[in-house]
Amino acid sequence: MTTKSFGEPILRKEDPRLVSGQGRYLDDLGHDALAAAFLRSPHASARILDIDVTDALEVPGLIGIYTYEDLEGRVAEPLPLLIPHPALLNGRTGYPLANEYVRHVGEAIVMVIAEDRYVAEDVVDLIKVSYEILKPVVGIENAKAAHNAVHPSVPNNVSAHSVKEVGDARAMIESAPHKLSLDLFIERSACSPLEGKGVYAIWEEDSQELRLWSSTQTSTGVRAAVAAKLDLPLQKVECIAPDVGGGFGVKIMHPWPEEVLIPWAARKLKRPVKWSEDRREHFISSAHERAQEHHIEVGFDEEGRILGLDVTFFHDNGAYTPYGIIIPLITSTQLLGPYKPASYRVEFTSLFTNTVLVIPYRGAGRPRGAGRPQGVFAMERTVDAIAKYLKLDRTVVRERNFIQPHEMPYDLGLIFQDGRPLEYDSGDFPASMAMLKKMVGWDDFETMRSEYAAMGRKIGIGVACYVEGTGVGPYEGGFVQVETSGRINVATGLTSQGQGHQTVFAQIVADELGVPIEDVFVTTGDTRRFPYAVGTFASRAAVMSGNAIALAARQVRDKALRLAGEALECDPQDLEIVDGIIRVKGDHTKSIALKTVAVLSNPLRYAFDESAKAATQFAVGDTSKPPVPEDQEPGLEGKDYYSPMASTFANGMHAVIIEILPETAEVKILRYVVVHDCGRVINPMIVEGQIHGGVAQGVAGALYERMAYDESGQLQNASFMDFLMPYSTEIPTVEAGHLETPSPLNPLGIKGAGEAGVIPGSAVFASAIEDAEGFEIRRMPISPSELWELRRTMKENA
Amino acid sequence: MKPSRFQYVRPRSIPEAVMALQRHNSKVLAGGQSLTPLLSMRLASPEVLVDINGLTELSGIELRGSELWIGAIARHQEVLTHHLVQTHVPLIQQALGYVAHPVIRNRGTSVGSIAHADPAGELTAVAALLGARIHVSAQQGPREILAADFFVGPLESALQHGELVTGVSFPVLDATWGSSCQEVSRRHGDYALAGVCALVQVLDGRIMAARIAIFSVAGTPLVIDVMDVHEDHEKLNLKVQALIDPDTDIHATADYRRQLVKTLVVQALTEARVHAELRQS
Repeated sequence: MTTKSFGEPILRKEDPRLVSGQGRYLDDLGHDALAAAFLRSPHASARILDIDVTDALEVPGLIGIYTYEDLEGRVAEPLPLLIPHPALLNGRTGYPLANEYVRHVGEAIVMVIAEDRYVAEDVVDLIKVSYEILKPVVGIENAKAAHNAVHPSVPNNVSAHSVKEVGDARAMIESAPHKLSLDLFIERSACSPLEGKGVYAIWEEDSQELRLWSSTQTSTGVRAAVAAKLDLPLQKVECIAPDVGGGFGVKIMHPWPEEVLIPWAARKLKRPVKWSEDRREHFISSAHERAQEHHIEVGFDEEGRILGLDVTFFHDNGAYTPYGIIIPLITSTQLLGPYKPASYRVEFTSLFTNTVLVIPYRGAGRPRGAGRPQGVFAMERTVDAIAKYLKLDRTVVRERNFIQPHEMPYDLGLIFQDGRPLEYDSGDFPASMAMLKKMVGWDDFETMRSEYAAMGRKIGIGVACYVEGTGVGPYEGGFVQVETSGRINVATGLTSQGQGHQTVFAQIVADELGVPIEDVFVTTGDTRRFPYAVGTFASRAAVMSGNAIALAARQVRDKALRLAGEALECDPQDLEIVDGIIRVKGDHTKSIALKTVAVLSNPLRYAFDESAKAATQFAVGDTSKPPVPEDQEPGLEGKDYYSPMASTFANGMHAVIIEILPETAEVKILRYVVVHDCGRVINPMIVEGQIHGGVAQGVAGALYERMAYDESGQLQNASFMDFLMPYSTEIPTVEAGHLETPSPLNPLGIKGAGEAGVIPGSAVFASAIEDAEGFEIRRMPISPSELWELRRTMKENA
Repeated sequence: MKPSRFQYVRPRSIPEAVMALQRHNSKVLAGGQSLTPLLSMRLASPEVLVDINGLTELSGIELRGSELWIGAIARHQEVLTHHLVQTHVPLIQQALGYVAHPVIRNRGTSVGSIAHADPAGELTAVAALLGARIHVSAQQGPREILAADFFVGPLESALQHGELVTGVSFPVLDATWGSSCQEVSRRHGDYALAGVCALVQVLDGRIMAARIAIFSVAGTPLVIDVMDVHEDHEKLNLKVQALIDPDTDIHATADYRRQLVKTLVVQALTEARVHAELRQS
């Protein structure tokens, strides 16, 4: 019996394979391939004077050493600037291998190809590069001061500048009854997927074709970029994302230098070549996110209603801008969250520094959050400051500024990252807040505080809200095919990095077609199976591909019912599909298997299998027409696309109760509560898993992770020993509540969920620490040492 | 992150191992939990790696007279759960609870971490505090080194080239003694920002001896006799603070580390006393 699977906590279909060592990640492929290793810059800013390979050439097993001088054609040109924007005045991208100048520690200078990776690294060790060391620009303050330039052709290190206004915020603040100003800072972190990047390329000399595997979030994007760089017809390039051990944003950037160089080398050498990024490379040569400095002016009335909000912020975009300025754009547009200030002005300046480039980290990408954690931090700190100033409850000030359910859809008067008006489609913020307060026991917290105080213990509670634009366009597609064996093949072009796509897309198809979920097999991220796609980021996969696949499945269903109607000599409207059998409603004796209909759909001369034999008892088709009528195609399959008018907006609210140890300033998490609205839920277990993972990243960004650059641009913590990604022991149990306000924008009513857990992390912990300590928290992350030093400073100043 | 070329030797006896270690730039491989990352990052590039994991005679944990002997390839996990350790030198287990995670403890060896002489290592401090003896095999024959002489500096011991640590013996502590290990680290199982082991002897409810070992705040574990000041927390702190010299790094300031030591010393001494009373009751 087919049971409804949409909405059920079905176990992940991919897990038995992945948890029993059957997964095939990039480094599991191509054991006999040649290996690449890179010599990377040890300096943050330098001119390359000479590269001496004399000793290196002696190493047995060496195949080739390549520098910028060796690159040919378009491979020698700068890498593409993927997302131009009018505000990006001075976009700059690097070369696949450094062309005379290096602009951050870790930039690739020499590529070595050898029989294996051990030999390749031996060779790298023997290459001598001489440099003229230049003065680096590290950190927002130095970038602003502009005593040194990251790119001599870019004045003041400014890559982008933007001002957006809704109403006259400055005048409104001036005339407001109360004003406050705040300076807020958030440091860098990194996506840190379990599996780093990796590329494996096979050049087929006979057919002049390139087959390429990349640990990417967009195989279609990599395919197009590599075809363009290598001057190959798109038809001659295929790109496959194998099992991918996490992306979180870093793998949506493309093409990475290695994604161009490895295929180029494979074609040049006519041999398979592979490169797997190691952890140190990932830290110093991939991408980071998040460093921003915000200045906020806010005007409000006696009730705490915001009359004017003026945000000026600086964004550290690292050495290059291949992914444009998506992060500050998201911060500037998503900062307002669930609130409706009477007027809003936001101005940002994006700055070059001699550090690794940035990409949207979850939410922006798992690095979940992409620009949103910063915006939410800025907004929520402001709301807390207003509450403190007016001596009001923090949730009351929030409620007074919420957009109300009857105001949906709500136009914020801004342009979102997809170039379309920023309009919230759904959400019930007061209901979410009521649910959160109830779950965490907000109204009883003062009792709890006094009980702890009586034991000499200090606790605090924090709250933070966010709205997240998910399911950004332009489109995704889906393909659904019924084989004569009854196997259902589903393909979509976007990629998977552990989200559970094999399960949720199968759930959608199982319900649409009335087949057991065990019969549904999903392929993602393989350009041979589905060549049109955008990629997996911005919590868009379920919204975009989920809906496209549902539409494709409905085509298959329509065709199957029509053919079955002919075979059973009845009206298709009277038919239903249950457990893979099409039958007449109310008369189950008249039936035909879906797989038999698959045979009938393809008028073929040869009978290969049992289904074909079974099909002989039925007759379909109009003998007055050709076997495949003009408006029909053979086969039981469908393909469709989903392209929304606008993004759909998910939202959520978090609360945390913490204890801070009096002597050591260590922060212990007592409770972490999430209320979340991602519309209709396909699989609650998977959504909950996404939230847990996101909260872990939120905790990480608030209390543990940072990129510790010294003044010379050296990353001091480029390993998991010193980059403090928290362990499971540091992550609290998450209590999650779901509110479902379906999105009116798509057939399935869903909104994205991938980044929800991370976005309010820094904001909610800052709120709780401030509540416990009584002084302002303006910088995140915060370590026990920093909190202890802050206490000491506060005491001295008091 | 691949090691540079090395020769791999797996000796079948201690003399064979010592022989192999005579070769230029050789290194012992026991659990490999510190060494293999160093090899992969090419921070260490030995020419010969002598794998002692086949020397089963070094795997024991046993009572030898008034000492508890732990062999060079006994894993942390075995030591952590061994009844002889629990009965006779519980401090080792108190400290091992802070060492890394089960996967690492299943491979890593307790003696290996002492031989590594990491100033942030919990077992280094335990060995120093208890006055353990480090047993060494060398070509000239066996020798013993007292923990006090063994730890010379950060990752630096009195071990000579070509010598193999075969085991460490710890004095057995009767029920008059109580102990405790306390530390603060950023993440569970990480190296401590600061840590303190304490050892207290209690007779008829009175403290007869009290000493501590502080780790992670100097190049070697710092053993301090605090019998004279243990009752007065202010004096205790003054004495301790005068002897430590913590650094500021990306994880914590020196002053914060001093604050941790101040707190941890009192905690460890208090817990050690409670532990002694518990053992006597």
